[in-house]
Amino acid sequence: MFPVIYPIILAVILFSLGVAGVLLRKNAIVILMSLELMFNAANLVFITFANYHQNLDGQVFIIFIMVTAAAEVAVGLALIVNIFRAKKTISIDEMHSLKG
Amino acid sequence: MNSAINPLLLVTFFPLVGVLLILLLGSTGKNTARWIALLTSLVTFALSLWLLMQFDSTKGGIQMEINLPWLTLGGNTVGFHLGVDGISILMVLLTALLTPIAILSTWKAVEERVSGFMSFFLLLETGMMGVFLSLDMVLFYIFWEFTLVPMYFLIGLWGSQRRVYAAVKFVLYTMAGSLLMLAGILWVGLTYGGFDLTKLTDSAIPFTAQLWLFGAFGLAFAIKVPMWPLHSWLPDAHTEAPTAGSVILAGVLLKMGAYGFLRFNLPLFPQATLTLAPWMAGLAVIGILYGAIVAFRQKDVKRLVAYSSISHLGFVVLGTFALTAQGVQGAILQMVNHGLSTGALFLIVGMLYERRHTRLMADFGGLWRVTPLLGSLTLVTVLSSVGLPGLNGFVGEFTILMGAFHSTILASPWFAVVATLGVILAAVYLLHMFQQVFLGPVRHPENEKLADLSPREVILLAPLLLLAFWIGLYPAPFFRLMSPAVEQLLALIQTVVQTAH
Amino acid sequence: MESGQIFNLVPWVVFLPVIGLVVNLLLGRRLGEVFSGVVASLASGLTFVVAVLLAAALASAPNARVVSPWEWISIGELTVRWAFRVDTLSVVMMLAVSLVGTLIHIYSIGYMHSDVRHNGDPGRYTRFFVFMNLFIASMMLLVSADNFLMMFVGWEGVGLCSYLLIGFWYEKGKNGIGNAEAAKKAFITNRIGDFGLLIALFLIFGYFGTLQFDEVFRQAASVAAAHPGAMLLITLAMLLGVSGKSAQIPLFVWLPDAMAGPTPVSALIHAATMVTAGVYLVARSTAFYSVVPVAQTVVMWVGALTALLAATIALGQYDIKKVLAYSTISQLGFMVAAVGMGAMVAGMFHLVTHAFFKGLLFLSAGSVIQGMERGMHGGDDSAEFDPQDMRNMGGLRKKMPLTFWVYLIGGLALSGIAPLAGFFSKDEILGAAYTGHNAVFVLLVLTAFLTAFYMGRQLVMVFFGKPLSAAAEHASESPRVMTIPLVILALLSLLGGALNLPGVHTLEHWLAHTLGEVKPAEFIWLVAGLSFLLALLGLGLAWLIYTRREQKSGADDPLKKPLGALYTGMERKWWVDEFYQALILNPYKAFAQFIAEPVDLGIIDRVGGGLAAGMRALAEGLRQLENGYVRSYALWMVVGLLAIMMFLFLR
Repeated sequence: MFPVIYPIILAVILFSLGVAGVLLRKNAIVILMSLELMFNAANLVFITFANYHQNLDGQVFIIFIMVTAAAEVAVGLALIVNIFRAKKTISIDEMHSLKG
Repeated sequence: MNSAINPLLLVTFFPLVGVLLILLLGSTGKNTARWIALLTSLVTFALSLWLLMQFDSTKGGIQMEINLPWLTLGGNTVGFHLGVDGISILMVLLTALLTPIAILSTWKAVEERVSGFMSFFLLLETGMMGVFLSLDMVLFYIFWEFTLVPMYFLIGLWGSQRRVYAAVKFVLYTMAGSLLMLAGILWVGLTYGGFDLTKLTDSAIPFTAQLWLFGAFGLAFAIKVPMWPLHSWLPDAHTEAPTAGSVILAGVLLKMGAYGFLRFNLPLFPQATLTLAPWMAGLAVIGILYGAIVAFRQKDVKRLVAYSSISHLGFVVLGTFALTAQGVQGAILQMVNHGLSTGALFLIVGMLYERRHTRLMADFGGLWRVTPLLGSLTLVTVLSSVGLPGLNGFVGEFTILMGAFHSTILASPWFAVVATLGVILAAVYLLHMFQQVFLGPVRHPENEKLADLSPREVILLAPLLLLAFWIGLYPAPFFRLMSPAVEQLLALIQTVVQTAH
Repeated sequence: MESGQIFNLVPWVVFLPVIGLVVNLLLGRRLGEVFSGVVASLASGLTFVVAVLLAAALASAPNARVVSPWEWISIGELTVRWAFRVDTLSVVMMLAVSLVGTLIHIYSIGYMHSDVRHNGDPGRYTRFFVFMNLFIASMMLLVSADNFLMMFVGWEGVGLCSYLLIGFWYEKGKNGIGNAEAAKKAFITNRIGDFGLLIALFLIFGYFGTLQFDEVFRQAASVAAAHPGAMLLITLAMLLGVSGKSAQIPLFVWLPDAMAGPTPVSALIHAATMVTAGVYLVARSTAFYSVVPVAQTVVMWVGALTALLAATIALGQYDIKKVLAYSTISQLGFMVAAVGMGAMVAGMFHLVTHAFFKGLLFLSAGSVIQGMERGMHGGDDSAEFDPQDMRNMGGLRKKMPLTFWVYLIGGLALSGIAPLAGFFSKDEILGAAYTGHNAVFVLLVLTAFLTAFYMGRQLVMVFFGKPLSAAAEHASESPRVMTIPLVILALLSLLGGALNLPGVHTLEHWLAHTLGEVKPAEFIWLVAGLSFLLALLGLGLAWLIYTRREQKSGADDPLKKPLGALYTGMERKWWVDEFYQALILNPYKAFAQFIAEPVDLGIIDRVGGGLAAGMRALAEGLRQLENGYVRSYALWMVVGLLAIMMFLFLR
């Protein structure tokens, strides 16, 4: 058994990268990928603790998350494709029609 | 109870049958919807009389109770709990009487979306009945808020020029108060033992909590009554509402506030009531004079009548918080009286409007000669509103003032003395109104040819005026109906007074 | 019928006129003028019959009876019944009201026939009789009540009838609205008085625990001993009511304006009956006033000052009815002063005789006015011609001989010429004042002199000299249906003094059963002689001055020059109306305007609107956060997340 802290640190790094990606990148596809990164950081934490507690609940959760993430990517990509067709760009700085 | 169906359920929900029928058949024509609505409300009125016959006026408690467990909230059961006592039965009768009259008054006035109008009206009736009959706080709240919806549409869709403004104002003011009431209901229900009113009256709520709760409930009711200075939704709502809406608004909806004080604030928070009674009475007295003074300067008849409501309802609140038998019974009777006379006044304003399409007093004058019947009936209505002895208004006002004058809880005759000035001022603004519209020469040639009352219009006013005479000359049956319930309520207050000393 | 059962008839004094008015309401218009008039007169006449029966029954068994058929209001200790009281005092009022009322009803059959035509709306004939019967019913309710609250019903009821009848020609008068304004003024002024009465009622219930007459008066002395301040308040609050209804200072201003009503109304309501209700109230409450000397003094002074003030104003009026109106106020002042002095019987005596002769005077004035109106239709006078202005009259003695004679009788009775009714009743009041109230005595004697003077002035201006207008030239006598009641009233004015002749004191003994034994008023030769002489002097002086005046239509009064500003004051009614207008009415209007617009719409309504505006401004501010960039939303999410984590860690 290696110390639990190692995968947690990795998860934190991954998550922070994901957050930074979402906040800083303009490309919608990259943002989507950054989201996936954050998901996987969470998954890592789940699986780590599942192992640590010798409990399968965490593992079950990752399966759910992975399915959801896959569905989300499908929907997200479809949206991005449609946005690209309409606006000829996928830069989120060009998209602010929800402005209040 | 031998009968298969509880009469309270019938009275409350029968109007919905009419709504269903209108939805099914309404498309066949305006008159179908009108007749369905009228007949439904008449049957409801008959049912309410049947209810009255079964009511035992010698008993003080709740009668014909029905209590079904409904849902659970924070571990406490919310019951579908209805019941009637001497205080609510008069309100039920008033509602059942005024609804068909209001519906009949729209015969010529409402020509657009008739089936919608009638459906909303019957929904409103169910809501009002529910408010007066509910004995569970959550159920009460649901009915209370439910009445807002049809009234919002009645004002907002069928009103006059500034209808949307008035409708939104009406809803926002009421909501502002009732949200606090909801918070209060949850507080009482979750902390002090459930939502059932009949069980709650025994539980002791600490004094400080009573004060806050009195405020939360009281604000909702004070806005509805409306008490000064929370009244400013009323003139707009009344002025913009269609005639039938104004009749119901003045006749019944305002009474929900005054009724709320009697049903919630007095029995649930008796200590707070004792402490705050002089303040409430003070506001009521201000309202009496304020309404009367402002009414005097109105140019629009309907606004004048609206402000007169503020003044009249001030008497009701004064009587309620006098906390004497005369005061409270007078207040309940005055609720009925105000429903009758102000209802009739609004009907009359509607009749004038239908004839001339204006409500400015300056556009009238000398109508008594042109329309003698309308003039005479208006005079009787005005006098009943002025509080002329022999008519209903006097009995209510006199007993209220007598009660307030000798109230040991208000402990000062000055409330009543100042309020009595309102009796003078009422004569000032109402006779001013009567003179502007009906006396003097006919100044505008278009008024020369106005038609006098049609038989339908006479039928509208006749029951109200007959009742006005009845209550004025022989109010004993009405007082008998309410006196055991009021005595019970005051006995509760009295025990608190004694423990306080 | 046994005498006990006769007393059970008493509710009929109210029911009969009510039946009359209902019949007229339903059938009157269809069946025509004669029917309406006869039904109404019959209703009133039968009321008189009932009153006579009651009086006859009382004569043999003079104790008070109460017939109490129905419960009215009953809450807690407050129990009030519809209860009718028959005692010697209430029966005197019933007799006077129904007798004079019936005569006036009959007179009105003729008077209103031409009045509705003169005013151009014959359809209103029936309505007049409906209102008149309503009045009789309310007045009977007032006098037959056995408790204060029921009396208050009648009290306000007669006020309503007064309102309706003053405004009978509601489209006439100054600017077309003058009559309606006068009616409103009467009602509201009376309401101010009623405010006082209501307060008195509340206090009475508080200190006596009931509103029933017997029970209240029985305790009067003990309550007065225990709470002298309360009794003073009760009596003074009542006085406010009295001054409203009986047109005393400070609330007398409505009565002169009330002359806007048709003349029979002025005779019945504003001279003979309703306005005496205040006097009746004080007499009824003898038990109160006799234990509060301060209140008695106030009542006495109010009466005496009103009597003098009104008499001076009467001197400066040109309208035939206005003179009589101020004279009425002045005579009411006499009665109020009398009951204030504790001379209840003298007050009631004067009330009854005054009902006879003032009713007579008003009805004769109505006859004169209609005579003038008939003359107008024959003559060529312009539309602005005022048939009530005495400056347009003159010489009517020859045109309307019967009216002249009855007017003369009424005028002499009012002036206090022996042996007419007014002499005896006025003398009793003066006699009571002489024994103990010197200042008031002087005021009243002065008033008596002025009374004779203005009556002389009026008689001369109306009936003597030469006709001053074409209308007066062509005036003609009134029909029989009007003159017969006049003759009957004239007889009553001649013989009314017999009711309470000095030495016999019939009325005194009669009323003693109700008011308690009072020492019989002494007949003081000095006082009687003085008042008789002054009356003669007043009449003679008026004759001298007014027969020599310049006989021209619209000429100034001969007193105007010598009296100067004093006379202008009388002419302008001492500016009391203007004073009230400036001090009460205009400020109230301005205040109401201030409350209605700057305060209600400006402040209170804006608070709600202000909250709404605040919400909108807040929303405008928060809206800036919604810039549409996904990235900033994400940033806020992160910030929120961090904030929550910080909170959880640092907790």
